[in-house]
Amino acid sequence: MEPSLLTILYLIASVTFIVGLKMLSHPESARKGNAIAAGGMALAIFGTIFIYEDKFTGEKLHNLPWIFAALVIGTVIGVTIARKVKMTAMPEMVSLFNGMGGACAALISILEFNHFLKDHFVISVDNPYDTSVLSEGLPVNYGMLVTIFLGLIIGSISFAGSMIAWGKLNGRVKDRSFNGQHIVNLVMLALIVGLTIILLAKINSSFEIVNGELTNTANAITLKPIPFLRIGTSVYILFYTVFLLSLLYGVFFVLPIGGADMPVVISLLNSFTGVAAACGGFLYDNKVMLTGGILVGAAGTLLTILMCKAMNRSLKNVLIGSFGGAKAGAGAASGPQGDFREISLSDAAVVLSYANKVLIVPGYGLAVAQAQHACHELEKLLLDRGVEVKYAIHPVAGRMPGHMNVLLAEADVSYERLLEMETANDEFPTTDAVLILGANDVVNPAAKTDTHSPIYGMPILDVELAKTVIVNKRSMKPGYAGIENNLFFQPKTSMLFGDAKKVLQDLISEIKNL
Amino acid sequence: MNNIVEWISNNREMFYIVILMIFVGIEVIGRVPSVLHTPLMSGANAIHGVVIIGAIIVMGRSDAHNYAAIALGFVAVVLGTLNVVGGFVVTDRMLEMFGSKKKKK
Repeated sequence: MEPSLLTILYLIASVTFIVGLKMLSHPESARKGNAIAAGGMALAIFGTIFIYEDKFTGEKLHNLPWIFAALVIGTVIGVTIARKVKMTAMPEMVSLFNGMGGACAALISILEFNHFLKDHFVISVDNPYDTSVLSEGLPVNYGMLVTIFLGLIIGSISFAGSMIAWGKLNGRVKDRSFNGQHIVNLVMLALIVGLTIILLAKINSSFEIVNGELTNTANAITLKPIPFLRIGTSVYILFYTVFLLSLLYGVFFVLPIGGADMPVVISLLNSFTGVAAACGGFLYDNKVMLTGGILVGAAGTLLTILMCKAMNRSLKNVLIGSFGGAKAGAGAASGPQGDFREISLSDAAVVLSYANKVLIVPGYGLAVAQAQHACHELEKLLLDRGVEVKYAIHPVAGRMPGHMNVLLAEADVSYERLLEMETANDEFPTTDAVLILGANDVVNPAAKTDTHSPIYGMPILDVELAKTVIVNKRSMKPGYAGIENNLFFQPKTSMLFGDAKKVLQDLISEIKNL
Repeated sequence: MNNIVEWISNNREMFYIVILMIFVGIEVIGRVPSVLHTPLMSGANAIHGVVIIGAIIVMGRSDAHNYAAIALGFVAVVLGTLNVVGGFVVTDRMLEMFGSKKKKK
């Protein structure tokens, strides 16, 4: 009866994943949803450990002490990292954990491949010179092999890509691209697919006859010396070549992609890992892995497409990684244009405190400077002085969609003060002052006017419609996408240089002194 | 070719699940306000940690004397746990902030 109990546990777990995701999509129920999904996961994990039985042999799982040791180690490390990480580093964390999942899927495929070859392809023959067995061809479970390969390729790409994305977000890895990189990437992808097909086609005919002892190391049994058939070494070489190429592809895939695309990439890799997990589900006929994996795969893909749409970039372009090339061209063409105007702290304080309506546009600069609390303080101060203060949130501001919301929520900024892009754009014409805190690409008018700009077509916040714009940046350096911003040179714009937190604190004391 | 067709029909239940789950995934995500995108991505990230079940099965099935397999399986389980535990804890921390703000209102 036990296997059917496990089926029920898996069923419950699958339902909790769906309900959890559903609840995660409403602010009130989100936290509960997360807890429900976590509970389902625990159920599935412990159910597997204690009541899983092999479909054919009916054996239970061995090595339980090792499994528990691994679980404990993983839990301790995971909780420690996740508890310690700063709010600004959250996107990196998601990328890192995603990479772990990808690596896990790839390792499963490697282990299963070896297992599979041993189980299915070591056959003893009576006569070493009689190769008729080979000419008939052996029954190969292609479906299973394809699943193993998909898990391996997708898992490795997801792992390597996530690691690069992680390194990029914390500044350890710089953007790198070279001419024709997208061609190299395509060739690599073609090579991965090609080698996989070759391997699948060859596997039936690449047996070696070994005239020796049939040693099954797995069971430590040595059979009497008889000739036997074994899968050829070339198959293993091909398999590991595909593995290495997939890792390399993951690296090359993310390396040239710059800031604006990073959220898209993480979301895409997230859905990749989901698919890799689903491959495991196929492999073990395990419904909970399948539902969880496909659910995330589908949801992640949709999220990715939504984000691409928000930035008017096709998924194909992101995948091929052509952003780097276009960026270099545009960057060279448009150098600094005209003069910009600086504003003093006291002037800025006056502008803000005598305005009727102020919209704050937060960006990555705010996150880096950890200025969310100072920002909230400024907001309260201005509200006390009768100024209407709201936040205009661009969907891809920061390094992840919703990054700004999380950050401002941490500082207790009220939910109703956060305006989404469309609402904010309706409000700019009636706004007296816009305060931009470390945002750049999301307010760049080039997205509307310059057809050559790599961000052309991306919806932006129309800050120029407001009466005055104050931009806080650390320097005149272009933003993460590496594009010059015309906004800074417009007459109604004035610059307020410095670290966002410091500037905000100074602004607060200036306003208090008014 | 026959082989593949046979495999698909042997696993037809799985294919039904795949197709239905794709629609469920799209339906569920389609209504998320952009505010919750980061926590949602993080939550989804934790959910695909189910891959750990595969790692547990691999490890549990490998023979105690096959040290290479045990070592790799061990690493796989550790990585999978990181994905699951880290993912859920990070998501919870993000959502905690939304929660504390709600209470004050």
